[in-house]
Amino acid sequence: MEKFEFNKAERDHIEKIIARYPDSQSAVMPVLWMAQEKFGHVEPDVQKLVAKTLDLPEAHVYGVASFYTQYYKEKMGKYVLDVCTCLSCQVCGGYDMLHYIEEKLGIKAGETTEDGMFSIQSVECLGACGYAPMMQITNDIYVNHLDKAKVDKVIETLKQGKMPEFEPIPMRVAEKS
Amino acid sequence: MQDWRTYEPLLIPSIKDLHKIDVYEKNGGYQQLKKVLSDKEQTPEAVTNTVKNANLRGRGGAGFNAGLKWSFMPKPDGGPRYIAANGDESEPGTFKDRMIFEYNPHLFIEGALIAAYAMSIDAVYVYIRGEYRSWITMMQKAIDDAYAKGYIGKGIMGSKMNCEMYVHMGAGAYICGEESSLMESLEGKRGYPRVKPPFPAQKGLWGRPTTINNIETLANVPLIIKNGSEWFTSIGAKGHPGPVLYGISGHVNRPGVYEYPSGMLITELINDVCGGVRGGKKIKAVIPGGSSTPPLRGDSLDGVRMDADSLRDAGSMMGTAGMVILDEDTDMVDLVWRISHFYHHESCGQCTPCRDGTGWLEKTLLKIKNGEGEIRDLELLLDICFQMEGRTICALADAAAWPVRYSVARFRDEFEARCKKSIYAVA
Ligand SMILES: Cc1cc2nc3c(=O)[nH]c(=O)nc-3n(C[C@H](O)[C@H](O)[C@H](O)COP(=O)(O)O)c2cc1C
Ligand code: SF4
Ligand code: FES
Repeated sequence: MEKFEFNKAERDHIEKIIARYPDSQSAVMPVLWMAQEKFGHVEPDVQKLVAKTLDLPEAHVYGVASFYTQYYKEKMGKYVLDVCTCLSCQVCGGYDMLHYIEEKLGIKAGETTEDGMFSIQSVECLGACGYAPMMQITNDIYVNHLDKAKVDKVIETLKQGKMPEFEPIPMRVAEKS
Repeated sequence: MQDWRTYEPLLIPSIKDLHKIDVYEKNGGYQQLKKVLSDKEQTPEAVTNTVKNANLRGRGGAGFNAGLKWSFMPKPDGGPRYIAANGDESEPGTFKDRMIFEYNPHLFIEGALIAAYAMSIDAVYVYIRGEYRSWITMMQKAIDDAYAKGYIGKGIMGSKMNCEMYVHMGAGAYICGEESSLMESLEGKRGYPRVKPPFPAQKGLWGRPTTINNIETLANVPLIIKNGSEWFTSIGAKGHPGPVLYGISGHVNRPGVYEYPSGMLITELINDVCGGVRGGKKIKAVIPGGSSTPPLRGDSLDGVRMDADSLRDAGSMMGTAGMVILDEDTDMVDLVWRISHFYHHESCGQCTPCRDGTGWLEKTLLKIKNGEGEIRDLELLLDICFQMEGRTICALADAAAWPVRYSVARFRDEFEARCKKSIYAVA
């Protein structure tokens, strides 16, 4: 079985996180994030590590980890494609993009490819509604204005082990008439 | 009122690299913080009054006067006091605070510090939704730079003021945008909203006096301190003044975030600012301020302005000014079902009317959407809404009920048509 531990540098960093709050319980979210960054998920054994590190009951850490959707309670693909299908994305073709990606990767939303490269999720509004349809990759980069060609390109980039580049938010001003 | 065509953005002015602290300083940045710290007349009470008189209404959805909210904080008793800045931004259709994180983070930081001065705050916690990782990095950099220059921390700008500022990263939960849920989340718990009273000013973060303000709300504060409350109330709509970040999405030619005075005509925003509806189609509906605000019919938009009063008269709300424009081809049943799916997914489950109600709304709408609905299901929907509204710990249940209630009322023909086609039609 894999063993999950924080090293000395990480434990020092956790002390700094705790110092931002009046008590150590408040550090549970940032420390869960740290753990997920390091291990790729927060499976029960990782939750135990977080509980031990912060001297909290395991049940409390489980309660928090399970409440928030971005913590991966099980192993996910190397790249998680979070396709927004909410409101503005829905009416701008979000489901078409989701289905195109599902077809392309041969899996459904909620599943992971056999080689462990990709997971797909259909997610709620990501706060990029004006650039719909869009998706986020593994809790990180936003990819706006999706169409089939762009999806193809992004998946190609990811297959080469690279993240797509950060896209600045478009600055908008009305066209002066 | 100034013509919007000549309006120059103040929250997101087009100044290159304004997110960098030295550029921000060169453009007058942190001078308003300096002013309140050094000018003897700018007592905390005076600053609070200026903001109150400016009638700066919260940009997070509820539209409450920010200065008035600050004045609810009890007198300092020596113990810690907090601001929680709300950057959870998760109401579908809302995407404007992110603009401030990317293009003008220091304006927000300066506003938060002036608020901290006005309320004798010891620490500001900036709660940002976890999905905004790239923008959390930007905010953290801006905060680090402001610390390095002595704008945050101990003895701010050589004064006696001490204030810390920390970013707290959310992890995917819409409900954490509700202010008491946000505080629970900051305390390292599940984001269950608290029963009010006690209100946050009495018993907030870690049991101490706390004020929660939206990011855009706080970003307006330096502008008010600089130009005065009268100047602010002269911008845009009388009862709801100031600059507004309009996040416009859906079927328009140029969607995006635009800064204009409050009280813009909806038709002007669509036709003149966003270049009209895609493909020259007709508008079926407009959701004016995020998914919870009742959709307006496309044929009822004449003269309706984006401010609390005008929208109330038209039968909706300002919300977050996250407008979604829906063209004539939009399937309203599909749309409302998807909104219900969202609220069901995001209900924290504490209150039965909300936990079960959101589920029943979604299920019933799915049935109608799939062509298996009966006309009486429309009455059922309205009854479920009635069971939910005003009967829960927080306003999520109301937010879930309104779009359903008003869509069924305003687009009833479309819902009925879907039911009549159904195999179980009774009417
Ligand atoms: C379910 C729910 C979700 C909310 N989400 C947000 C949010 O994401 N951002 C926000 O600023 N306010 C949100 N609010 C409103 C906050 O509770 C609070 O009123 C606001 O942050 C206060 O700031 P303001 O007065 O500056 O607007 C939400 C409210 C409810 C009921
Ligand atoms: S209304 Fe809904 S979201 Fe709000 S506390 Fe009750 S169950 Fe939770
Ligand atoms: S609806 Fe997709 S980002 Fe908001």
